[in-house]
Amino acid sequence: MSEHLFRPGHTACAGCGQALAARIVIDTAGPNTIVANSTGCLEVFSTKYPESAWMVPWIHSLFENSAAVASGIEAALIYLGKKDSTNVIAQGGDGGTADIGLQAISGMWERGHDILYVCYDNEAYMNTGVQRSGLTPFDTNTTTSPVGKQSAGNIRPKKPMPEIANAHGIAYVATSSAGFPQDIQRKVKKALSIKGPKYIQIHVPCPLGWRHESKLALQVAKMAVETGLYPMIEYENGSLAAVRKIQPKPVEEYLKIQGRFKHLLNDPGALKKIQEIADNNIQKYSLRAESAPTN
Amino acid sequence: MKEFLEGSLAVAEIIKLCRPGVVSAYPITPQTHIVEELAKLVADAELDAQFVNVESEHSAASVVLGASATGVRSYTATSSQGLFYMAEVVFNIAGMRLPVIMTCANRAISAPINIWNDQQDSVSLRDSGWIQVYAEDIQETVDLHLLAYRLAEDKSIMLPVMVCMDGFILTHGIETVNMPQQDEVNKFLPSYKPLYKLDTENPLTMGPLADPDYYMEARYAIHQTHKDVLKLIPKITAEFAKVFGRQYQGLIEEYQVKGAERVIVAMGSVCGTVKEVVDELRAKGKKVGLLKIVTYRPLPCQEIYTALKGVPKVAVLDKALSLGSYAPLAAEVKAIFSGKKKTTEVISSFVAGLGGRDITKDSIKEIFRMLNTKEKACEFIDLKPELLKEQL
Repeated sequence: MSEHLFRPGHTACAGCGQALAARIVIDTAGPNTIVANSTGCLEVFSTKYPESAWMVPWIHSLFENSAAVASGIEAALIYLGKKDSTNVIAQGGDGGTADIGLQAISGMWERGHDILYVCYDNEAYMNTGVQRSGLTPFDTNTTTSPVGKQSAGNIRPKKPMPEIANAHGIAYVATSSAGFPQDIQRKVKKALSIKGPKYIQIHVPCPLGWRHESKLALQVAKMAVETGLYPMIEYENGSLAAVRKIQPKPVEEYLKIQGRFKHLLNDPGALKKIQEIADNNIQKYSLRAESAPTN
Repeated sequence: MKEFLEGSLAVAEIIKLCRPGVVSAYPITPQTHIVEELAKLVADAELDAQFVNVESEHSAASVVLGASATGVRSYTATSSQGLFYMAEVVFNIAGMRLPVIMTCANRAISAPINIWNDQQDSVSLRDSGWIQVYAEDIQETVDLHLLAYRLAEDKSIMLPVMVCMDGFILTHGIETVNMPQQDEVNKFLPSYKPLYKLDTENPLTMGPLADPDYYMEARYAIHQTHKDVLKLIPKITAEFAKVFGRQYQGLIEEYQVKGAERVIVAMGSVCGTVKEVVDELRAKGKKVGLLKIVTYRPLPCQEIYTALKGVPKVAVLDKALSLGSYAPLAAEVKAIFSGKKKTTEVISSFVAGLGGRDITKDSIKEIFRMLNTKEKACEFIDLKPELLKEQL
């Protein structure tokens, strides 16, 4: 029998980055954890009645309220005198976090609840069929930001959720990636060692929505980090505390293995714009390594 | 103990006596005095509860959902737009069988924006699965909250209860209230022992996806429980009477219905006005009465039928609309008599008091006067014809 707190037998797609990351998060948090989950792929593929993949107490209410439900759980645990021995995690996808759930999350942060919020960022509404969200990258081809005669895909860059989290004055904010499981473990461990609100945003490939081969999921995730398009950063008490250093690869390496960016490949102007986004990240967060990283 | 209290403060006091562990709310007129007082009680350490100030009603309802799922007695209060904003969560709380108690300070719905009383807000959420009770006065409001927790947390029920009190009329009105003592309350309402809860010792999954193979049964189960509620309420009110000495039937209240030729059916504070008019008209030898609906969800169809079946003329007074159709309560009372052998001659429908327009004794007399052999459908009382010529 599996020792994992997120068990096999769920119905996620092959190569689902969210299933992988969610398992690492809950295994790291351990059994003394209560999870409030937003509506989305993760909820649907892990808890279809009468089955559940979760070996911890887990609740799903609605799409946009996991942060508020978690706030109620935390308040109840304080009332019961059990908060110090129990982790509370609220989690959702990028739509449930950066779009429809943002108000409830902002309220949770501002009130200072001792809750870790985890955003599994697969950069679109995958559960409903790959519609763009506030975390869909610039020029991405989705079903509601389609490429057309007068469209090169999503017209806006990703909403800066880590900065938005940071602006709430919370103690710990980090980004991570399904391509770096040990990084997820370390950050979850660190986050849960800090009292108060915490935010971790994990980049999770979606083979169906990103249109890459399932077996390439980890490679795609790593490439997003290594091009500078998905910087892995950590803020502590409002200041940038650590970043994962990279020897930047050209963004084309990341874009060319995904169907959602196919329209950009023969367009040097478009590629240049994406490279600029990566270059800005590299400069802003000082991502460039002096020598190659060890793992 | 008798106290001279504003309705909102009386609600806060009875909630304190019910000992919730988590209270969460977002301010909206006319609910504010209730939650202000609860915040003060927590600040003064008179109530041992977590008071969670949220950024919206959607989150207020979600916080009490989460707290109740963790096994802690929870409370919220709202009104009007606030209730609509949390509507999605309201349905969800009932679907998840969580015994949350909410006070709805009944208020009109925008547009036009209006902070005054009618019952459009809670009546619009009658299909949510919540038990809904409507109070006539402040004493009844207090007692209904106590009954609500007892009913909601009964292991055979496990459903939320919305206690509806007319905004301003009851929330800001002042009456002498017989406030229960803590030891009496403790006896009637023991500590909450949940059937299921989020607990790391015994992990379970709450709120799973139910596909077409399972969904209907979950909804059917709530519908069936509502039938059990109708049976349980009279038992709980009988027990209430033993502990507190006040008698409620709990589902409906008949006032001079026996032998009446004309009866008004109504909910909430307007029933007090109707009773006064009934007394006056009875003194003049007119055979009139009132049927007060206390429990609107579940609707006590059998009790309503039994009370009204000998009454020739029935007027249903709605303080809410179903725009484009029949008034909500009127449509339901008519449905009760559909296909019955013993029926009434006339069931006329009247709408009054929308957006806080006073329902005076003259308004009630007008309803009795218009309650003749010609059946009225959605007859508005106290409309101002001169305004109808203007473009609102």
